[in-house]
Amino acid sequence: MNEALLALLSGSLGSVAGWTATLRESAPLLVTGLAVALAFRGGTWNIGAEGQLLAGALCATVVATRLLVEAPALLLVPAVALAGAFGGALFGALAGVLRAARGVSEVISTILLNFVASSLVALAIHGPLQEAARAYPKSDPFPSAALLPSFGRVHAGLLVALLLAVLLHALLFRTPFGFRLRAVGLAPTAARFAGISPERIAVTTLALSGALAGLAGAFEVAGVTGQLYEGLSAGTGYTAIAVALLARLQPLWVIPSALFFGALEAGAAAMQREAGVPAVVTQVVQGVVILLAALVSIRRRPGARLGARARSEAG
Amino acid sequence: MEALLEATLRLAAPLLLAALGELVIERAGLIDIGIEGTMLTGAFAGFVVAVASGSALAGVAAAAVAGTTVGALFAAFAVYGRVDQIVVGTAVNLLALGATGAGSRALYGGAPPAAPTLGALASGPLAELPWLGALLFAQTPFVCAGWLLALAVGVALARTRPGLRLRAVGDSARAADAEGVPVPRVRAAAVLIGSSLAGVAGAALSLAQSDSFTEGMTAGRGFIALAIVIFGRWSALGVLLASLFFGCATALQFRLQARGVGIPYPVFLMFPYLVTLAVLALATGRARAPADLGRAYAREAS
Repeated sequence: MNEALLALLSGSLGSVAGWTATLRESAPLLVTGLAVALAFRGGTWNIGAEGQLLAGALCATVVATRLLVEAPALLLVPAVALAGAFGGALFGALAGVLRAARGVSEVISTILLNFVASSLVALAIHGPLQEAARAYPKSDPFPSAALLPSFGRVHAGLLVALLLAVLLHALLFRTPFGFRLRAVGLAPTAARFAGISPERIAVTTLALSGALAGLAGAFEVAGVTGQLYEGLSAGTGYTAIAVALLARLQPLWVIPSALFFGALEAGAAAMQREAGVPAVVTQVVQGVVILLAALVSIRRRPGARLGARARSEAG
Repeated sequence: MEALLEATLRLAAPLLLAALGELVIERAGLIDIGIEGTMLTGAFAGFVVAVASGSALAGVAAAAVAGTTVGALFAAFAVYGRVDQIVVGTAVNLLALGATGAGSRALYGGAPPAAPTLGALASGPLAELPWLGALLFAQTPFVCAGWLLALAVGVALARTRPGLRLRAVGDSARAADAEGVPVPRVRAAAVLIGSSLAGVAGAALSLAQSDSFTEGMTAGRGFIALAIVIFGRWSALGVLLASLFFGCATALQFRLQARGVGIPYPVFLMFPYLVTLAVLALATGRARAPADLGRAYAREAS
C-alpha cells in the first residue's frame, strides 16, 4: 500500500517528471472541463465532451495528414487547431439542433454521439486516414510543421488553455451573451419572457462547448501523440464532468481542478506501472469527487442547486 | 427467418430488462443515466458470484442485489440529497466502471475464468412447439423473464395502487404530496426496483450472452435503454416493442457483418447508435414524458 502511495505521489507532484506528466494530463482536462462548465452553465447537459474531443482530433488529423501536409507551421498549427474546434462544434451543434428542433434530450444525444465519434475514428484509421504503410490502424504521423511548439514535454496548448479559462470567465460574466446564457441556464421560462430564445442559446452553447472539446482533441493529436489512433482519449471527456463540477462551473476554478485530476491521472499511471494498482481506480475517485462536490454546493447555495434548472421549463 | 427471430429476442432481452427498470424509475419522475453503470455492476457481481458458487442462478440473484445496492446509492443522493440526477448518474457510471474494472483485475488478473451460464429454458417437445417454442422455451430464461416483467410492469403501473402512486409522484410530486403520498419513499422504492432489473439485465450479458466479464462490457446498452424508454413513450408495451426493434437492428447488423458485404466493421459499431439518434429525432418528437421528470422534489422549496 505504501509503495502504491509513493508511486502515486512521485508520479504526479513529487518529481520533475511527475510534474511534467501532471501538466500534460491537465491540458486536455482543462479545455474539456471548460467545455463542460460552459454547457452546464447554459443549462445544457453536455455529456458528449468525449465524442466532441474525438471529432476534433479526427478533423485535425484530416487537415494535418491529408489536406495541408506541405503547409508551413505558421499556417498549419492554427489550421489544425481550427479544424479541431470545427469538428467538436459540429457534434455539439448537432445535439443542440436535435434538442431545439425535435425536443431530443441532449443528455441522450450527446452520449450516443460519443459512440458515433469513436466509431468514426475507427473507420477513418482503418480506411482513408490510415498510415501509408497500412500496417497498423493509425494515421500517418503529423508533419513536424503541424506539431504544437513544446517546452520539454509540455505543449503550448496548455498556455492557450489557461488563456481560454480567462476568456471564458470574461464571456460568461462580462458580456451580454454570457448573461443570456446564464439566464437560460438558471431560469429558462423567465429568460423567454425577457425575449431570449432558450432554443437558440442551447444550440450556440452546445456548439461553443463542442468547439472547446474539439480543440482539446486537436491539442492531443498535435501536441502529445502526433498521430490519431483508437483509444486516443480514455475517458477525458467524462473526467471533464468531474473537473467542471469540482470547479463549481467557475471557469477560473477549472484551472486548479484540472490540475488536481491531471495529477491524479499521472500519479495513477505511475502507480499502475510501479505498484500494479490498476489505474481505473481513478474513476472511482472521480465519481466520489462528483458526489461530494455536488453535495457541498447544495449545502452552500440552497437556492441555486447544481442543475435543477435545466429542465425546469419542461412543465 | 427463425434464426433472425431467435437472435432478435436474445439480443433484445438485456435491453428490455434494463429499459423496464428505467421505465419504472422515470415514471416516478427521475432520470437515471447511471443505469449503464448499474447494469455493469450487475454483470460483474453476477459473474463473480456465479464463478465462485458454480451456480448461474446465484449469480443472477447477486446481480439483482448489486443493482439494488447501486440504486440505493443513486436514491440516497438524487432523492434524499436532491443532487441533480444527471450529476449523480454520471458519478454512478464512473464509480461502476472504475470499481468493476479494478475488481476484475484484482480478482482474475486480466484472465477471468469461464462462468457457468444459463442455457435454454427447456428443451425437447416444449422447445419445438411452433412459435411459442422459439419465443419462449428455446430461449434463455432472461427472454422469458423479459416478457413476464413487461407484462407485470405494465399491469402494475396501470392497474395497481402502488403503480398509481408511483405515476402520481412522477406527474406531479407536489399534488401527490398534498394527497399524502410519501414522495421520497415512493421515488426511492422505484429506483431500487428499477435498479434491480438493470442489475439482472447486466447478468444477461455476463451469464447468458457470454460466459465472461470484460471491462465496460455493457458498451452503452444502458444508454440505449434510456433511448428505448423515450422511443417506447414511457409505456411497458412501447418499451417492449422498442426493445424488439433494437434487438432486431442489432441482429441484422451481425448478419450483414457475417455476410461480409464489404462494409468496414466500424460502420456496424456505429449502427445502433445512429439508429437510436434517428429514431429519437424522427419518431418521438415531443412524446408525453412524466410531467415532473428530472425534477428534485423538496416540500419546503415549492
